[in-house]
Amino acid sequence: MSKIIVKNLVKIFGDHPEKAQKMMQEGYCKDEILKKTGQTVGVFDINFSVDEGEVFVLMGLSGSGKSTLLRCINRLIEPTKGSITIDDRDITLADPNYIREMRRKKISMVFQRFALFPHRTVLDNVAYGLEIQGAAMAERREKAARIIETVGLKGWEHSMPDQLSGGMQQRVGLARALANNPDILLMDEAFSALDPLIRKNMQDELLSLQNTLNKTIIFVTHDLDEALKMGDRIALMNNGTIVQIGTAEEILTNPANDYVEKFVENVDRTKLLTAEGVMKAPDPVVFLKDGPHVALRRMKEHGISSIFVVARDRGLEGLVLAEDALQAVKEHKEFKDIIIKDIPRVSADTPLKDVIPIIAGTRFPVAVTGVENKLMGILVKGSVLAGMARRGNNIA
Amino acid sequence: MPKLPIGLWVEWIVDWAQVNLEELFDFITLIIKILVSGIETVFLAVHPLIVIFLVFILIWFVSNRKIAVGTAIGLYLIYNMQLWKPSIETLSLVLAAAALALLIGIPLGILTARSDLAHRIIMPLLDFMQTMPAFVYLIPAVLFFGLGQVPGLFATVVFAMPPTIRLTGLGIRQVPTQLVEASNAFGSTEWQKLTKVQIPLALPTIMAGINQCIMLSLSMVVIAAMIGAGGLGNEVLAGISRLDIAKGFEGGLAIVIMAIILDRVTQSLSEKRKVKV
Repeated sequence: MSKIIVKNLVKIFGDHPEKAQKMMQEGYCKDEILKKTGQTVGVFDINFSVDEGEVFVLMGLSGSGKSTLLRCINRLIEPTKGSITIDDRDITLADPNYIREMRRKKISMVFQRFALFPHRTVLDNVAYGLEIQGAAMAERREKAARIIETVGLKGWEHSMPDQLSGGMQQRVGLARALANNPDILLMDEAFSALDPLIRKNMQDELLSLQNTLNKTIIFVTHDLDEALKMGDRIALMNNGTIVQIGTAEEILTNPANDYVEKFVENVDRTKLLTAEGVMKAPDPVVFLKDGPHVALRRMKEHGISSIFVVARDRGLEGLVLAEDALQAVKEHKEFKDIIIKDIPRVSADTPLKDVIPIIAGTRFPVAVTGVENKLMGILVKGSVLAGMARRGNNIA
Repeated sequence: MPKLPIGLWVEWIVDWAQVNLEELFDFITLIIKILVSGIETVFLAVHPLIVIFLVFILIWFVSNRKIAVGTAIGLYLIYNMQLWKPSIETLSLVLAAAALALLIGIPLGILTARSDLAHRIIMPLLDFMQTMPAFVYLIPAVLFFGLGQVPGLFATVVFAMPPTIRLTGLGIRQVPTQLVEASNAFGSTEWQKLTKVQIPLALPTIMAGINQCIMLSLSMVVIAAMIGAGGLGNEVLAGISRLDIAKGFEGGLAIVIMAIILDRVTQSLSEKRKVKV
């Protein structure tokens, strides 16, 4: 079911939107219109719908209109034309009281630079939304404290925002947005101001939170990797219009035009869609010098039925099965003789598409090898599936 | 081209107001008299040393110890110079004027921040009020309110109000837009946005406006004495007219002491409220 439906939405900044609109229809670009009429086209002829529980990403470079579009949805910016239907009501026609109630109960927003109130404690920041709804002090603080715990900031309730790191501040921002228990979350470049490691953490946490919360999320970003990771569907924007809407896979494999193709070229495909992206660390392994006793014990410790054997320089020698190792111990065979050398192996940059049939066709784990045949990682069915799920990607 | 009778026009307006708004002026006079004499009575009710002690205790707790000690010494010096009563008269006038200026100025400041139209109208008026020599206000003040404390206070309010309006407006306009946006995004009413976000964040700037307002009020005191507002200004004026250096200096010194005390106390209050934005 569609939670949000946007139809023919136009936002033009300036006193004479009609002029700009006409020129836009005639195919002039934003810069020409600005020069000729002094009107700035924010977004033009936007159509999309977002399903309940979906993470919908608006992606584009700065100036592409994605933040303007986001702000039209809670009417922080008044659309010039078109309709936005949320839960079967066109909010472009709604009166200020309805909009205020909607912002209080239904839609919350998370900001790029956090926008925490510097004069309020973490607790009172999170409780802000409840406070303006007139909730009693004890009630709102209790609710806020619970949300603060959910985002992992227990113990920081009485700190001031400027005592917190960037990542923690954005957790407060997220908690503040969640405190009203809204159906819809608008996230305006919410993680863009964070450094890469913290950003990845926050992305993972939001995704795992989303598993339990099941909110409808509109997520604005300029980072394609982030878009591909977070979005069930992605709308790619350029110059105030949507160029393509689709799943990550559709956009990567079927770019609608040159602009999308150029954009997509810059994706770090090696990280996203190769064996390296989904492999497990090569652990445990046994060394050639170790022998069958050690191999058996490692397998037993880790509850596995086969183990890779490497030379001292971590060059891959082969695989030893538990049953062979057991036999070798009983019959005092040479360790070298029980190593299976003919095993599937792929290089780190093999596309995942090519990896999947190999995994499907073997009963052994697949070794990922790098330069000089060194063992870099292991592919097992479980880790590949998990890796794909994590990226929200349909590879097949 | 003949001379434009601008002065005559203003005179005409003042004459008209004097005749037609007499009741209003009488009412204002009454309010101001009650206000000023109320403050005066409180301070003069007990022995100066007790007042000094109470003020010392108050500042010790609301401000800081250094300022409390300095204040006590300063006030004792005034008492010792036998300028206690005129000082209290001046203080009452200053506090009453500042209170009125803030009462009118802060809401006007908020208005200028929220409405561009109000901003465009009020700002040039403030320029006018601030650059017009303060003496000029004394003439209509006397015509409206006669001689004494009331016209003095009227002129003081007009003179001291502009920085309050300016700094209140500035403080609210300087609240980062993203915080205003956040406040809107959570469904605040205009009043909630103002009281829970804009005013608290503008408070350091507003406090600077209050400080300026009090300082300007004090500087107007000597001028107001020319129309019989009394207080320390009288001492200074008497010193000038009799070429009595001793009297003039002592009166001047008492004003300086009062100024420093009021400045330090209001400043320390505003620093306490400062938050990083």
